[in-house]
Amino acid sequence: MFAFIIRRVAQALLVMFVISIIGFGIKYSFGDPVREMVGMSVSAADREALRDQLGLNDPIVVQWTRFVDKALHGDLGRSFFYRKPATEVIMKKAPATLELVFCSALIILLVSIPAGIYAAVHPKSFLSRCLMGISIIGVSVPVFLTAILLIYIFAVELHWLPSYGRGETVQLWGFWDSGLVTLDGLKHLILPSIALSSIMLPLFIRLIRAEMKEVLQTEYVKFARAKGLTPWRVLMVHGFKNTLLPVITVGGVQIGIMIAYTILTETVFQWQGMGFMFIEAVERSDTSLLVAYLIFVGALFVTVNTVVDIIYGLVNPMVRVSGRK
Amino acid sequence: MDTLLDVRNLTVKFALRDSALTAVNNVSFTLNRGERLGLVGESGAGKSVTGFSIINLVSKPGFIADGSVWFDGRDLATLSQEEMRKVRGNRISMIFQDPMMTLNPVLTIGTQMVETVLAHRNVSKAEAEAIAMDKLRKVYINSPEKRLKQYPHEFSGGMRQRIVIAIALLTDPALIIADEPTTALDVTIQAEIMDLLLELCRTEDMGLILITHDLGVVSQVTQKVAVMYAGSIVELGETEQVCSNPQHPYTRGLIAALPEAATGSRLNQIPGSMPNLAEIPVGCAFNNRCELGKGACFTTVPQLERKQSGVFAACHELE
Repeated sequence: MFAFIIRRVAQALLVMFVISIIGFGIKYSFGDPVREMVGMSVSAADREALRDQLGLNDPIVVQWTRFVDKALHGDLGRSFFYRKPATEVIMKKAPATLELVFCSALIILLVSIPAGIYAAVHPKSFLSRCLMGISIIGVSVPVFLTAILLIYIFAVELHWLPSYGRGETVQLWGFWDSGLVTLDGLKHLILPSIALSSIMLPLFIRLIRAEMKEVLQTEYVKFARAKGLTPWRVLMVHGFKNTLLPVITVGGVQIGIMIAYTILTETVFQWQGMGFMFIEAVERSDTSLLVAYLIFVGALFVTVNTVVDIIYGLVNPMVRVSGRK
Repeated sequence: MDTLLDVRNLTVKFALRDSALTAVNNVSFTLNRGERLGLVGESGAGKSVTGFSIINLVSKPGFIADGSVWFDGRDLATLSQEEMRKVRGNRISMIFQDPMMTLNPVLTIGTQMVETVLAHRNVSKAEAEAIAMDKLRKVYINSPEKRLKQYPHEFSGGMRQRIVIAIALLTDPALIIADEPTTALDVTIQAEIMDLLLELCRTEDMGLILITHDLGVVSQVTQKVAVMYAGSIVELGETEQVCSNPQHPYTRGLIAALPEAATGSRLNQIPGSMPNLAEIPVGCAFNNRCELGKGACFTTVPQLERKQSGVFAACHELE
């Protein structure tokens, strides 16, 4: 198991290496930092001196090494627009996005598992057919449309929930602006989380249902019944544990994609998170911030996937054996 | 000798959209305590379905349409789900065909054994483990305490089938239903597993229903045999008598088809193939392949009756 974890971490580092090259490539080829800093009135000789001083004339590998070294120390460059370190800007926005993704993932987890299992056990019941029908609609309707519909129904017509913003937030541990601890913040979270989960939730219900149906047909489930185990144990221990394997694999990738999907949801709900920040940075051609965002999200994605792979290894004994070799 | 299992007029059907296929048709047999019965026939003859219907575990859309299964003085076909669960794996255990598929790949052998004990006995986990280790020793698996922590993929096919047998033994059942327990194994392992099963049935005084299409195995292991064809029993009797002096034309064909009967020449075969369940002929189901087939065979279903040789056979043409 230890060797397996080491291997997975090594692979993650390799991916981060590639991301750093791409990030550096964007930074290197777009925009000239000297011009941004000094404007038009400085002579060519002074500019050249400044370039030397900033190390922009060094070989590309040296520049890249410096870029990675800085990134490892948390320095991803300065945002032109905010006139602050990009890391600081991202850290200010990240809690909003992560809380949104966390709530959506929670909704997906709490709804898709029981719904998927129910639909697999009673494939012909009226409720299962409804679930499957609704899930098709859920997958097909784009997030921004779902979001606008939700706002129209629950905010504009019914006045039950607020339509935009994060509401009241409380700063935790000195840097994390949380909307999870106030009632107002939670109310503001409901609609965006539902909107964000609207694509993944049906996907997961269908995935769990399909996998579970297949597992329930297997000989070992029949054998578990023949051993006289309670129906609950047959379903949850023998059935669901085997269903988990593909669900974990897909789930890991989907959580990463969900972080990217927040761009749409955050725009519709004016949610002050990383996705919203990204759109603003694109509009303002804030290259440094864009590269910083790319690397931050890349690192997040890779971390999530590595953790998921390790969890997969814990659930599936066969992976551990191949890792031992 | 007292009767352990008494299956009477068991009929199992599979529901289709608007009709039903009869997979097991009016099957009756009895089994005494500690007795071993072979259930033989071709694929699709209804042997496995008969075996599964005894513990009321026929896969959907199958259902027991008629008949009763008397076991220990109770009719299993009428028990509630929960009462039936307490019989399964407890008084009646099953051994499945393919040991590669029977054990759950993500649970340790220990978990799969302990859960069975805990489902039926009011003991602690440690006691359940002790029982599991004792049974593993009985099927000749070394260092059981280490084995309990391993996963199924760490064992070979033969060892897995031993583990499945050990699981079947956990609750000291009165009856084991073995559904083709050696079909998926190597020939050399087959004999080993059959010997083990036979030895355990003798030492533990367990009844055995052996579902197989291998008449050779039946003659070595069982005392009684029931030959099934297209969902019905066509011949039933002492194994020795049935094998040495088969009555029903189908059984005779089967015995003649054994490789031992055709040393040095072409293997014998029964012409044609078993009808699809939806197209069973009127009268005797075997009539289109039978050399004796005459008038009554094409109009009335023959009943299982005692023939002159002492065995029961379902055939109009036999005395």
